[in-house]
Amino acid sequence: MSTRDVTLDHVSIRFGQHTAVNNALLNIAGGEFFSFLGPSGCGKTTLLRCISGFIEPTEGRVLIGGKDMKRVGPNKRPTALIFQNLALFPLMSVADNIAFPLEVRGVGRKERRKRADELLDLIALPGVGDKKVYELSGGQRQRVAIARALAVEPDILLLDEPLSALDLKLRQHMRTELRAIQQRVGLTFIYITHDQGEALTMSDRVAVMNAGVIEQIDDPLTIYEKPRTPFVASFVGETNSIPGKVVSQSGFDVSLDTALGRLVGRSAGGRQFASGQDVVLFVRPEQLMLDPGGKIAATVVKEEFEGSQRHLFLEAGNAALRVSRVGGGAELMAPGLAVKLNFDPGRSSVMPAAGA
Amino acid sequence: MSAPATSGRSFAVFYSILFFAFLFGPLLIMTVTAFNSSSFPRVTPWECFTTEWFSVLINNDRLMQGLVTSIFIGIGVVAISVPVGLAGALALSEINPALRSALYTVLITPVLIPGVVLGISTIVFWGNLGRSLGGGAQDLFFNGIFLTIVGQVTFISAYAMLIFSARLQRFDPTLTEAALDLGATPGQAFRRILLPFLRPAIGSAAFLTLLASFENYNTTVFTILADNTFTTALASKIRYGTDPSLSALAVIIIAVTLIGAITHEAYTRRREAILGGAAARSALYTNPLGRIVTHPATIFALLVVLAGFAVWKGSQHEAAECKMQIMDEKRANQERLLEEQRLRMQQQPQNAPQAPAQPGTPPAGTNPSPFGGAFGNVAPGASAPAPATPAPPATTNPSPFGGAFGNVAPGATPAPAAPQPPPQPPADANPSPFGGAFKNIAPAP
Ligand SMILES: Nc1ncnc2c1ncn2[C@@H]1O[C@H](COP(=O)(O)OP(=O)(O)OP(=O)(O)O)[C@@H](O)[C@H]1O
Ligand SMILES: [Mg+2]
Repeated sequence: MSTRDVTLDHVSIRFGQHTAVNNALLNIAGGEFFSFLGPSGCGKTTLLRCISGFIEPTEGRVLIGGKDMKRVGPNKRPTALIFQNLALFPLMSVADNIAFPLEVRGVGRKERRKRADELLDLIALPGVGDKKVYELSGGQRQRVAIARALAVEPDILLLDEPLSALDLKLRQHMRTELRAIQQRVGLTFIYITHDQGEALTMSDRVAVMNAGVIEQIDDPLTIYEKPRTPFVASFVGETNSIPGKVVSQSGFDVSLDTALGRLVGRSAGGRQFASGQDVVLFVRPEQLMLDPGGKIAATVVKEEFEGSQRHLFLEAGNAALRVSRVGGGAELMAPGLAVKLNFDPGRSSVMPAAGA
Repeated sequence: MSAPATSGRSFAVFYSILFFAFLFGPLLIMTVTAFNSSSFPRVTPWECFTTEWFSVLINNDRLMQGLVTSIFIGIGVVAISVPVGLAGALALSEINPALRSALYTVLITPVLIPGVVLGISTIVFWGNLGRSLGGGAQDLFFNGIFLTIVGQVTFISAYAMLIFSARLQRFDPTLTEAALDLGATPGQAFRRILLPFLRPAIGSAAFLTLLASFENYNTTVFTILADNTFTTALASKIRYGTDPSLSALAVIIIAVTLIGAITHEAYTRRREAILGGAAARSALYTNPLGRIVTHPATIFALLVVLAGFAVWKGSQHEAAECKMQIMDEKRANQERLLEEQRLRMQQQPQNAPQAPAQPGTPPAGTNPSPFGGAFGNVAPGASAPAPATPAPPATTNPSPFGGAFGNVAPGATPAPAAPQPPPQPPADANPSPFGGAFKNIAPAP
């Protein structure tokens, strides 16, 4: 076990009656880029503040490098937190900001400045040390906040939606940048976001949270391809959900009756279903294909063009379906056109219907 | 341009003029009276330009001793109120919201209690404490300066707290958390993050508490006991009649305020220009000479030099000659009046016994009221130089407002040259508290 491991051992955090984090149980390996993904208010920040020491868990333990962090203050933990609003010190220069952790540890002025300049080189911002924080652009501030956190020489870097304030282009650029910095310094990154694109592109593993509960922990591809719960399936990426009743099951293949006729899907997580059970079949829009020999009959409502992709909106047996196709090429389809659809059962998921 | 717009505009101009006249008129008049040699603060009649009132002011020992005491008390009050106010504001921002409004009420109450009550309760409280402790405490707790400092701190620290609270509301608490997270101890986070953020508020709080302490009267007049602060000395001086040295004091205060305000304005403008990036573009700031000239320190030094020059120039001024001349004129006038009176007595021998009854009729202008004659006694007209009348002359009105607005009307009432005994109370002997202030529209006898 390395000093950069983080373990949440049945952690629950409650504010009065409200449970912000419910029984979180996970182990993050040293050097991993680990993301928490979830909608606003699901308890991500709360969990992060608990790891960094601002909140004590109501139940359970937080272990860092195998050591219980109970009653260890935030200034004594080997973590550095990058706040949702960055929290750079507005009255200090960039170099003073970055050198602040060294200053409070009693490092001399010369040494501090040298270290600050090294870190500015690391984040590819040489020579801005004497500027004030407000003279920097959003992306530059972002990187300064990272440099300041790195100056602590933490074992674990915690990032709370650090890119949410940036515009789209910069956000995409910073994703690559962050990933590159993480690989260079080899620290454990724990990253929080409600943006699935960020979580999927950067992370080694993603934990999807909903209302304080961690619903699934997996690598990005598995999260996307093999969601375990209806929430994960619909929160991560677009999906078509088709309710139905189980007819039979052989291995992973579940056959079910739906408004679109009898379909076959893959049981999510290899669950066993009773026949007659209410279930939902999830198929990604890009997994649904126009196929003259397909089993599903549908009518075109409209087709939208969006550059690299085009979205086909269909109606089938009173349900709305969505198909995504490659952008260029053929003419847009006319409303009212009858089409046939097909999909690979292996790329679909069957789950128990919510509340069942 | 349509007609209503034009008239609206001229109304706005008229209104602004009125407004500024209302604001600055008294200050202007006061300033002018400080340089008139008349022993009464007034603009007309103008006698001589003089600077002697400044030296009268400075040579007033009671006032100057009071000034020293005030400064001492002010420093004491600032030194205690600012930290106490800061502590209160921090407590307010940290405490849980349920208790916050209760604590706020407790901390703010002293501001709402009348100063008089605070003053009296301060003496009573510390007096009792001193008596029960005995010994050295007794001396300290009956010391006017000590009592005034503690009495003022009770409510002035609440002002400081309000200033700090306002600033703290704009503080982002995640900055402190960030500092802690980066390894700072709570003490380091306070000194390096919160305190620098509060620095402007500390400056304002110190300034405001100093002013509040300096100008306080209601509480101080009780707690100072036998001593005197500048304010209480000033108040007692005014009670026994006034002279233009008070106008001189006003001029000094106005000058100090102006220098402070202009320097502060220069400072904020420069700061804004630099923060807003305008400094890089402006020709004034890129030019090194321009930078020096617009620097607040330069401006401050310039103003101080200017004021110093004015003081030096003023101290050189000699008004004795002019005053001598005025004195001569007055004497001549007096003699002429006496002569007239003698003539009149000869013409009316039957009234002879009444004339000596008013031998000491004070000449117009020796009005003892604090405002008396500030604007000159404009219209007493025929009635003033009529010493033969048994009625007191218009300007000897003893009311506090007597003649402040000029006794405009009595000219219309014919001075009863030969009144029937017993004489009717003339209009000007009005015993009402507003006597004469709003014109004595006398019922014609
Ligand atoms: N100090 C607190 N006292 C009471 N409730 C709190 C407190 N902090 C957070 N909560 C509640 O806990 C829940 C989770 O909050 P949290 O800040 O962790 O959400 P989040 O997932 O970070 O959301 P976002 O994406 O909007 O930042 C919210 O319902 C919030 O109201
Ligand atoms: Mg959050």
